[in-house]
Amino acid sequence: MASSATVTANQLIIMAELKLFRTWSSPFPLRVVWALDFKGIQYDTIFEDLSNKSSLLLQYNPIYKKVPVLVHNGKPLLESLVILEYIDETWKQTPLLPEDPYERATARFWAKFGDDKVLPSIWNVFIKQGKDQEEAIVTAQENLGFVERQLTGKKFFNGETIGFVDLAFGWLAKLLSLWEEVCGVTLIDHEKFPLLSEWIQNFADAPIIKESWPPRDKLITKYQALLEVYTSKEAPK
Amino acid sequence: MEEKKGEVVLFGTWASTFCTRVELALKLKGIPYEYVEEDLTKKSELFLSLNPVHKKVPVLVHNGKSIAESLIILEYIEECWNTTPKLLPEDPYQRAKVRFWTNYYDQKIMARLLPIIVSRGEEREKAIKEFNELLKAFEEGINKDFPEEFPFFERKTLGYLDIVVGTTLCNYEAFHEVVAVVFSPEKNPVIMGWVKALKNHPLMKEMLPPHDKLVDKMREKYLGQYP
Repeated sequence: MASSATVTANQLIIMAELKLFRTWSSPFPLRVVWALDFKGIQYDTIFEDLSNKSSLLLQYNPIYKKVPVLVHNGKPLLESLVILEYIDETWKQTPLLPEDPYERATARFWAKFGDDKVLPSIWNVFIKQGKDQEEAIVTAQENLGFVERQLTGKKFFNGETIGFVDLAFGWLAKLLSLWEEVCGVTLIDHEKFPLLSEWIQNFADAPIIKESWPPRDKLITKYQALLEVYTSKEAPK
Repeated sequence: MEEKKGEVVLFGTWASTFCTRVELALKLKGIPYEYVEEDLTKKSELFLSLNPVHKKVPVLVHNGKSIAESLIILEYIEECWNTTPKLLPEDPYQRAKVRFWTNYYDQKIMARLLPIIVSRGEEREKAIKEFNELLKAFEEGINKDFPEEFPFFERKTLGYLDIVVGTTLCNYEAFHEVVAVVFSPEKNPVIMGWVKALKNHPLMKEMLPPHDKLVDKMREKYLGQYP
């Protein structure tokens, strides 16, 4: 029978645990995985099935009911980029954001641009057809042009090492070529986007990042199925 | 010749709540700045060079370097002028909560204003209902996550959330007059209490655009009606 002292110690351990709720495929929790792994922080992973969400997830994230959720000392944190800033402020080793306020503002700007503009515009290319897709390609490439220019003279968005903006754009390094394959459109070619193409290679192959990617064949199957859903919705009349 | 470094210039428009956010923060921190009213129908070359990606206001220029996006500018001001009053909490978890709710406010609640403006009849009723549901969720969330912060009028200084929320919601009377009533003391008592207290804050009073001027602007912008 556990003594009261042991029970208290166990409670402390549970409270001090770091738990990450994620799915096998979503790129947003991956940002948190990378941040924690880069800083060498230990955590438990809970894989969610979003078609059958756990009561814990719903309790921690009642507003969005989504992943990622990072629970630290029993307190939930939501939204991947907000979580990244929290991680950077709480664990100071291997900083993700630069120290200089202007550089921090710049990093936040490009991370936001990635989520607000780049990702939706590329997703549009993936799900649309015909003339809509052609227009979507123009918008996506315009956005990617801005991103390309940010890499001028740099290996990573953060300079010599991976940082906040690289993690924010990490999905691009894996999912873009996948989506290009599934929908048959090339958005980033080496001639038009030499810096981005090289960044994709450098990022995808970097230690920690390399080991984290979900299985490619499983991802292809998933996105093929998704594309079929969108295509059937837009079947020609 | 006056050294230009250290100079702060804000490009904005008087009716933009996003610009008012930045002005409030600058004033709160006692940072001297030059304000440039930008004509968005005729954007200057200089302005376009400062925010080539979005071509929008506000843009803050400090030491010759430009920063865009109101929330990013607010965090920049906080970090660059690390003086009191502090806009954000010191504790990382509290900061994360503030950032979460600010994002929710901008991305969910603010995004529901346009559907209300452009719709009519049943569609508008539906849009108002959706807006109100989001506002309720926001209200409950804020109340739960910041139990010591409310009611506002017990605190003396404006914080990040006050700035973000106050600059839009404090103009509610103009919006109600021109477009539609979107929230009320009965439906949203906590928010109303917060907004009323914010409207009485001397700095808010100073920075918010005058009601009649705003009504005219809203009529022009939303209804195509000119005074």
